[in-house]
Amino acid sequence: MTGSVTDRVRPERGSPLHLELKGITKRFPGVLALDGVDFDLRAGEVHVLFGENGAGKSTLISIIAGAQKPQAGSLRMRGETVELSSVHDARERGISAVFQEFSLVPQLTIEENLFLGAEITVGGLLSKRALHAKAEEILKRLGFPLRPSQPVMYLSRAEQQMVEIAKAFRSDLSVLILDEPTSSLTERETEQLFRLIEQAKAEGVGIIYITHRMSEIRRIGDRITVLRDGRYIDTVDAKQCTDEELLRLMTGRVIDQVFPKIAFDPKEEMLSVEGLSTANGELRDISISVRRGEVVGIAGLIGSGKSEVARACFGLEPLSAGRVAFDGEETTGLGPRKMLDRGFFYVPPDRRAEGLVMMRSVRENIALPSLRLPRFSGPILLKLAAERAEVTEICERLNLQPRAIERAADHFSGGNQQKILLGKSLTRKVKLFVFDEPTIGVDVGTRVAIYEFIRDLCEAGAAILLISSDLPEILHLTNRVYVMYRGVLRSEFVGENITEENILGDFFEKEAA
Amino acid sequence: MTKPGDNAGNRRKKIGHWLQRTFVRLGVLPFLLLAAIIVFSLMSDNFLSGRNIMNVMRQATYLTMVAMGQMLALLTGGFDLSVGTILAMTSIVSATVMAGVIAAAPESALLAILLGVLAGFLAGTAIGVVNGIGVSVFNVSPFMMTLGMASVGFGIALYMTGGVPVYGMPDAFGTLFGFGQFLGIPAPVYVTAALIVGMCVLLYWTPLGRYFYAVGGNVKASALSGINTKWVLFLAYTMCGGLAAISGLLLTARLETGEANIGASMPLESIAACVIGGVSLRGGIGRVENVVLGAIFIGLIQNGMNLARIESYLQTVVIGVLLIVAVVADQLRQRYIANLQD
Repeated sequence: MTGSVTDRVRPERGSPLHLELKGITKRFPGVLALDGVDFDLRAGEVHVLFGENGAGKSTLISIIAGAQKPQAGSLRMRGETVELSSVHDARERGISAVFQEFSLVPQLTIEENLFLGAEITVGGLLSKRALHAKAEEILKRLGFPLRPSQPVMYLSRAEQQMVEIAKAFRSDLSVLILDEPTSSLTERETEQLFRLIEQAKAEGVGIIYITHRMSEIRRIGDRITVLRDGRYIDTVDAKQCTDEELLRLMTGRVIDQVFPKIAFDPKEEMLSVEGLSTANGELRDISISVRRGEVVGIAGLIGSGKSEVARACFGLEPLSAGRVAFDGEETTGLGPRKMLDRGFFYVPPDRRAEGLVMMRSVRENIALPSLRLPRFSGPILLKLAAERAEVTEICERLNLQPRAIERAADHFSGGNQQKILLGKSLTRKVKLFVFDEPTIGVDVGTRVAIYEFIRDLCEAGAAILLISSDLPEILHLTNRVYVMYRGVLRSEFVGENITEENILGDFFEKEAA
Repeated sequence: MTKPGDNAGNRRKKIGHWLQRTFVRLGVLPFLLLAAIIVFSLMSDNFLSGRNIMNVMRQATYLTMVAMGQMLALLTGGFDLSVGTILAMTSIVSATVMAGVIAAAPESALLAILLGVLAGFLAGTAIGVVNGIGVSVFNVSPFMMTLGMASVGFGIALYMTGGVPVYGMPDAFGTLFGFGQFLGIPAPVYVTAALIVGMCVLLYWTPLGRYFYAVGGNVKASALSGINTKWVLFLAYTMCGGLAAISGLLLTARLETGEANIGASMPLESIAACVIGGVSLRGGIGRVENVVLGAIFIGLIQNGMNLARIESYLQTVVIGVLLIVAVVADQLRQRYIANLQD
């Protein structure tokens, strides 16, 4: 226990806590998302929630926002125990959340969205004039340059976020929850948001702020609470805690225990991309190369196009210019099936959306990319026994828990689902593995297992492209890093030059510092 | 050691637990089947006679074939509302061609049957092909695509015949495929049995079968696994059309006329058979055996109600209610499954 830091930031005696959570526990099928977590919030402070993906931040804020109910624990507002039955209920009490996933109806206008569920009516009919006037007033107070009558679907992401925030301000606000609000904002918009936060703080609103960015924590944070694997770890002062300490609190280990040492041995070029641009304009003039026996990283913000680079090479995005060569052969514009056959394997970031067929068994999922190979099928029929044997072996190697290959993927924990996803790449001969955010939503134990998996592949001579928003992952596992910014390749770092300062410098908007 | 009262309570709890597990594993169908058999055998002495059971089997074959086709569409996350129209098209086209050939060359019954069957099969499957192209290439929702084709096909069938049944098929067609028997078992039952075996092999033992499940379960994950998802979708609707066409041919042989409205109840009944048999409306889940049982169950209900002299109008009410009961039961089952995982 780092007592000194904690004690210093305990609330002063007598000042009532805005919000106080004690022993919050939330269990999902197969996962303990929150295990007796404590959290408190004072009026007029920005309290940063910090932790890895899957640490329980999202679950915690969805409980505070009334979207989910905890199985145990209490929630008190201004000293009074409350039970939030719904998001609506939470809003009535002044708790509003702006999630990364927006809750706007695209077809409706800004004003219709602002007052959705809280319409002003006169004799049962909508009072459109009053709604319009009120919407205009809110937008003006917040300084958002939006017309209330615009349909939401024509707005940019940043503008949609403004609508979300405006929605939070439509009634008396006492707790505002912001979940990575700057991930899609420009520098100017970010400044505007920070000013708004200052204004809200001055009005006595308590703000819960989720971010991964150290610079933002320093800029606006007052206290930081760290969660790990669903457990409360510590609460520290934002202005005094060092980056190293935060990282240690977040992972629970000294860095060396998390990241294995990889013996890089770069050999012939496996993937070579020259002047690549996509038809939708998300990528412009990208050139990269990946060699056998090395781990190449692509770093950058969400929306920087780092994921699209690999997707374009794998034939998932239509190209407008440039060429892709794989293993010495021109492969520009080939689709997933042909790229797979040549030994290019792309492991997508979102297990549920793109990775696994959730209701089918582990066996079917793992064998899916390779059913047409002679090992898995004859001219017509599948070799079911061979399939079972092969999948069993892969599950042994990945240490899948529980080792039930006929169980539906849905019924495994996030970490084990990730192992199933990785297992798919072991069914065929692969020369280049692309891991796109391979450790999203997995516990530290699985994380270590995945890193060792990557090390083993690399040392066995495979080429590896690691796309990640997790900076420590990039820093410790790669021997070469590309940094993407807004669809262009901003820089490349090799070996000793792969440092946090170097990469972060190109990561964010160039700040006038 | 234990008191007798405890014992009885324990046993009841055990039975309850066993019932719940059976329900989760097998779905609602075994319970419905059991209930139907008990109810109808009490209502009519003939219900369990060998002759009636064979009758039910024969009657259920037509629906079984269509339901297996429907299952393919459902597995991929869609459905096919045009199966009835496919039966109608097949019936009209095959009857018209047979009648035409036999009129031109009265001696060549075999040729007439051959050409008629071929033409009918192709006409029915063609609707499936159009559905497949619409859904896979043009991304039309299966609902709109198959609803539209149902109207198109039905219109063509009525237009071709002016709404009048088509007579003049060679007698051999009906005698052979409609009323023919071998070892006391009706001909359509053999055809259906062969198709059931074929479907089991396709779905459980071939890569394509696995792809139907995968595409319905998660189309993006399937595409990233190198599967040609459009092709799989296309094949699902085409094969659904083909199976419905075979059903249409056999039904035409049984009726000995070509009729435009023979399949009117097929869309509902085939979807009902699948859903009662545990096929998920969200795609990716379902087994052939259960779908066959589902179709037989519907045949059983209809037969039982006929024996019990329940009016045919009321029978449609019962089918509709059963469909909804099956969906509600499926929802309950999903909840139990989630609970059992804890």
